[in-house]
Amino acid sequence: MKEYDVIIIGGGITGVGTARDCALRGLKTLLVERFDLTNGATGRNHGLLHSGARYAVTDRDSAAECIRENKILKRIASNCVEETEGLFITLPEDDPAYQDKFIRSCREAGINAKAIDPVEALRMEPSVNPTLTGAVKVPDASVDPFRLASANALDASIHGAEILTYHTVVAFVKEGGRVVGVKLRDSRSGEESEVRASVTVNAAGIWGQKIAAMAGAEIRMLPAKGSLLVFGHRVNRMVINRCRKPANADILVPGDVVCVVGTTSDKVPFEECDDMRVTAAEVKLLLEEGCKLAPSLADTRILRAYAGVRPLVAADDDPTGRSTSRGIVLLDHERRDGIPGFISITGGKLTSYRLMGELATDLICKKLNVNKPCRTAQLPLPGSEKKLNPAKRDALAFKAAEGRHGTGILRMDFAGKSEVLCECEHVTRAEIAYAVKYLDVNNLVDLRRRTRIGMGTCQGTFCMGKVAKALAEELGCPDREKEFLEQYARERWKGMAPVCWGDSLREAEYMRKLYRK
Amino acid sequence: MQEKNANASNFEQCLKCSICTAVCPMMEANPHYPGPKQAGPDGERYRIKDPAFYDLTLKYCLNCKRCEVSCPSGVRIGDIIQSARLKYGRSSNPVRDYMLASTDLVGSLASPFAPVVNRVLGMKPVKAVMDGVMGVDSRRTFPAYSGRRFEQWFRSEAACRQLGFRRFISYFHGCYVNYNYPQLGKDLVKLVNACGYGVHLLDREKCCGVALISNGFGNQARKQAETNLKSFRTAVANGETVLTSSSTCTFTMRDEYSNVLGLDNSDVRDSLLLATKWLYDHIENGSIRIAFRKDYHKRIVYHTACHMNKLGWAIYTTSLLRMIPGVELKVIEQKCCGIAGTFGFKKENYPYSQKIGSELFEALRVANPEVVVTECETCKWQIEMSACLPVMNPISILAEAIDEKETIKLNIR
Repeated sequence: MKEYDVIIIGGGITGVGTARDCALRGLKTLLVERFDLTNGATGRNHGLLHSGARYAVTDRDSAAECIRENKILKRIASNCVEETEGLFITLPEDDPAYQDKFIRSCREAGINAKAIDPVEALRMEPSVNPTLTGAVKVPDASVDPFRLASANALDASIHGAEILTYHTVVAFVKEGGRVVGVKLRDSRSGEESEVRASVTVNAAGIWGQKIAAMAGAEIRMLPAKGSLLVFGHRVNRMVINRCRKPANADILVPGDVVCVVGTTSDKVPFEECDDMRVTAAEVKLLLEEGCKLAPSLADTRILRAYAGVRPLVAADDDPTGRSTSRGIVLLDHERRDGIPGFISITGGKLTSYRLMGELATDLICKKLNVNKPCRTAQLPLPGSEKKLNPAKRDALAFKAAEGRHGTGILRMDFAGKSEVLCECEHVTRAEIAYAVKYLDVNNLVDLRRRTRIGMGTCQGTFCMGKVAKALAEELGCPDREKEFLEQYARERWKGMAPVCWGDSLREAEYMRKLYRK
Repeated sequence: MQEKNANASNFEQCLKCSICTAVCPMMEANPHYPGPKQAGPDGERYRIKDPAFYDLTLKYCLNCKRCEVSCPSGVRIGDIIQSARLKYGRSSNPVRDYMLASTDLVGSLASPFAPVVNRVLGMKPVKAVMDGVMGVDSRRTFPAYSGRRFEQWFRSEAACRQLGFRRFISYFHGCYVNYNYPQLGKDLVKLVNACGYGVHLLDREKCCGVALISNGFGNQARKQAETNLKSFRTAVANGETVLTSSSTCTFTMRDEYSNVLGLDNSDVRDSLLLATKWLYDHIENGSIRIAFRKDYHKRIVYHTACHMNKLGWAIYTTSLLRMIPGVELKVIEQKCCGIAGTFGFKKENYPYSQKIGSELFEALRVANPEVVVTECETCKWQIEMSACLPVMNPISILAEAIDEKETIKLNIR
């Protein structure tokens, strides 16, 4: 039986961020995840690196926390962040007085918010709704959550952590009331095993409620579903927000080659969290509101719709669950519930993941009597050590790979593997081989998250046959090619179905016919 | 929920079926060229994100538009590539490219000294220098310049003859007719006059700009296009159709002006026709009748130039040729000749150019006609040089084959 200093449950951004911090502080670390990394809320959001402006009026502390982390991530995760900046626009239907209040609140939180003339705003961001009556520029940015999580996981493993995906926690191992480890089940083989550690961390996001219950503690999560739409290409260069009290579908974020509008917000029963589906009403709402941000969305092709669940936590002193916090929630179950060896880190947001990891690791270190400072705010993540600036003559696929992996391309071997397999996103066989070797890839869906393979306008229609074969070869399991393909097609279809009309429908039919062969 | 889900950017209709890559002549010849799908719609998404994703290999696109013709989703793939080149591309040899692209400028400089220029351009040491210094391939034969420009001939010898007509067309002759081969223009005047129409030249005519567009000189192309459009508008206002004899000029002015240069030509586009298309339409509706010589005999192979293929008008030309009793016509399978205007003159492109054309050259040699007929002057140069067969424009064939006196009689109104 393997023994660790710390076991982290959950392969979302909080889990991998905590794993990186633990590994950097020299702790023997294991991260377990029942599916793939970023399978939950981490992989189902806008990809917005908040400046904090969105929370400035309603939640000053969160806003201040965001801008601090925003600045840190721009430095340590430069390869995952694109410094697009953001606009908060006032439309004729919005309260014109809100803008002044908004700018004041931003400045009090330490956010550099600057009012700009609507004409200037249109020049900076030609896609913005031309009827705008006011605009404020803030240091919002776009962040690729898949890339960010994968870079954290990679750095954790470089520093000795083990990452175990597709392993479900089925029970806690307890000795005299103390959590001493967990029992795992391998999702594929069904095989069970036990691992032990001095501290076990619950970083399971919305599913943290279940994990806590398994350990004998109660956390009330309040699942709030948020739906988003991905468009086929970028219409905007800057993040566009509405300058008003946060509401539905009022953020449009450019992310890599696409843009994403969202989100809705609806309470859903906890049981539904495992299978979120976007409804027609949500698509309609997102589209209508999205067009108010950038009118050209009206005739831009929607690639997919998806939904995530925010891990909102009910405050401990409010059993009704009405008051929730967007802040970070760190629970020491030894003090709270009398369960030594077990802590939970939840709440928070993508932008503050690093701080969540730092707070959790501080507590772990305290429990283990380790006295090492946190270095995650200083050390750049793998891939972000420096900017490589590919030459103009370099092939598009090389530039695209550099964009995704930064200095990671130095470890890619293009010899004999320069063939472009996914043409929409310009992914080569070399990049697939790299992802398999370094980034915990087990199937096509995992590979998609690491490389953008099949995320383009054809949604894998044309390339997945070739890619499934290449992946099976790289993984050394040629018999699984068909299984990969089937799993991938199911997953793609789920996202395409809610937005399938016009040319997308034409393509879906084409895909169906091709896949039937 | 959306009325349309593909906007003016047009590349979103692409279903990635890859038919375009199967028909692209460059893909087959050049492993460095990523092909129309990648260079066009796929690359465009990335270029929108960041112009640094512009791929230098886009310079290999021949702009033959075969990708667009084949696309079942109506994506203007070639236009996307041309537009990207204009927006982001920069030439590695701007002086040479400017010389090659400025057909008007070079033509008006060269034609007064035509005998000397033609001699000099044909001399081995000059060719070697052009090759080494300029990057113009020494194996390429230059089209000869004519001492007397078509416009000069027309004004001094043909203009007064036009006064006797009541119906007119305007003729856009293009650079090739003006500076290199006035005979084609003379043939057109003979043919159109015989059909009962007088010929006017345009108020002001500039090179259509195709070479400027493909060499990245968008602003100058736009300026020239505006001059031409203005002249077309005057002609059309006078009730005159604007006829052309070159397929590439026609295609450029009808399609590239709007789709690549972003100019509105919708008011004159339908009045801009290849003379063969115009003639066919008039013969079909009975308003023009033609009598052919009984002693005319010719074995012809028709070569469909890429831009003819894009226009979709080859059928009118072949139908006209079939009307000539003594013509034995064979239409061979469509293949790009590889020269693509100025492309094939560039040293770095020469091998690709010849490789692409090789299948066509072979097919032509096997067919072994007396003459190859095509509407494109650069196809003509390429075929004459590489397949060693004479090439003529269909207008010249028709001008040769008509019984001029009888035709005039048939069309007197």
